[in-house]
Amino acid sequence: MAHYELRCRECGKAWGNQPRSICDECFSPLEVGYDYDAVRAEFTREKIAQRPPNMWRYSELLPLPPHFHPTLPVGFTPLLSAPNLGKELGTHKLFIKNDAVCLPTLSFKDRVVAVALSQARAFGFDTVSCSSTGNLANSVAAQAARNGFKAWIFIPADLEPAKILNTQVYGARVVRIAGSYDQVNRLCSQIADEHRWGFVNVNLRPYYAEGSKTVGFEIAEQLGWRLPDNVVVPMAGGSLITKIKKAFDELITLGLVEPKPVKFFGAQASGCSPISTAIKTGRAEIEPQKPATIARSLAIGNPADGHYAIKAITKSGGWSEDVSDPELVDSIQSLAETEGIFTETAGGVTVGCARKLYREGRIAPDETTVLCITGNGLKTTDALAGEYTAETAIAPKLAEFERYLDNTLDVPETVEA
Amino acid sequence: MSITVQIPTALRRHTDGVGKLDCSANNLGELFSVLDQKFPQLKPHLRDEAGQIRRFLNVYVNEEDIRFLGGPGYTFQDGDEILLVPSIAGGRE
Repeated sequence: MAHYELRCRECGKAWGNQPRSICDECFSPLEVGYDYDAVRAEFTREKIAQRPPNMWRYSELLPLPPHFHPTLPVGFTPLLSAPNLGKELGTHKLFIKNDAVCLPTLSFKDRVVAVALSQARAFGFDTVSCSSTGNLANSVAAQAARNGFKAWIFIPADLEPAKILNTQVYGARVVRIAGSYDQVNRLCSQIADEHRWGFVNVNLRPYYAEGSKTVGFEIAEQLGWRLPDNVVVPMAGGSLITKIKKAFDELITLGLVEPKPVKFFGAQASGCSPISTAIKTGRAEIEPQKPATIARSLAIGNPADGHYAIKAITKSGGWSEDVSDPELVDSIQSLAETEGIFTETAGGVTVGCARKLYREGRIAPDETTVLCITGNGLKTTDALAGEYTAETAIAPKLAEFERYLDNTLDVPETVEA
Repeated sequence: MSITVQIPTALRRHTDGVGKLDCSANNLGELFSVLDQKFPQLKPHLRDEAGQIRRFLNVYVNEEDIRFLGGPGYTFQDGDEILLVPSIAGGRE
């Protein structure tokens, strides 16, 4: 018997383990619940410290099938102190959780897909699938190839070309849908009713979503088994922020960290901000929106976990912000120029919202704050189109370069002794 | 005046397996009444105790979320296709 099973988040009905995302009784989402006492002896700081540096070091708190052998070292991305960006934002206790370098496909989605595919195999699916705004598509395609699944990927037709190419290259079948992500997602719900496929974010969703907890486990372990005061998390479907909270709660339950209140802050693009709008207007429910933002990986107008994200944020005493497209582009550049991290549009949203939260005094500068950077800038370079001019070529001669230097340095250089 | 409603797999055990129904409801309230009458077991799955549409049940009219059409009060047009879709539904074992 597994030490975990699906339970309805609202009525509590237990569903065992099966490819299913909702409770038939009340339509509410299912969530993986664990027998914590069964893992208490194995899940200790000391035992975890002896394991390889990847997300599988937290296996006891992931819904993995018995005898599961991971095929990829996913996760355990750097938690970087960010003094330069911190200076810009007015704090000296800023950290970046850098999933822009998560393996194998450079986004935090590698974590969720790794867990989902373990269950896809256990449930006997030969085809895996997803609706995606891009990063998930890349990850499902890559990990399906690695693990010998066929992959069918459904995306909104207007996705960034790099994200489409980064899916096709793995041999996945990419179906472009003339519609928004929300329409793609609804279609996938219908397809999952008809075809026996493992849709990672539909019928495998409860398992898939648990993979996000590893972001929270890693933050705590990398801070020396302490919880931060604040976490700033980008929100699309709203699942990640709730799972980081679940991870922190579980570490407290199992005694790996001292109990402590953590404030959760959500970040969205103003052109698609159903969760942050609900929080700012004091509503507990989502009013769906039609997305209009270049932050396509966050462009979900009807977020599946929006209700729970609102709850997690407001209960923690946190807040949610949103930024315009020019602000998020500016923030991509800020993060790159201050810390040498090139993030995608969603990361620009996170940094931009953090800047606002500090300015508004919602995050105190003397508190430890972690910004979750969830994706890589190489996938959304078109967001920076027009930001940099192409340099005119010069001849390969020293004299040419000296002349070039004279012409370029219009700002007088101060030479420090 | 005739509309079609598609019932998702998750609900078909309350409809004797019926997945599609034609009726002449003018709006969502009337449609739910028709369904209540035809499939009494379905009733508690569509609305909560307070009579509100269940939080995790989405209603689409011709592929458009009914909330973008003015909400549950929207007046159906002849030939409209109504989809009831749990928000993260799907799955065939």
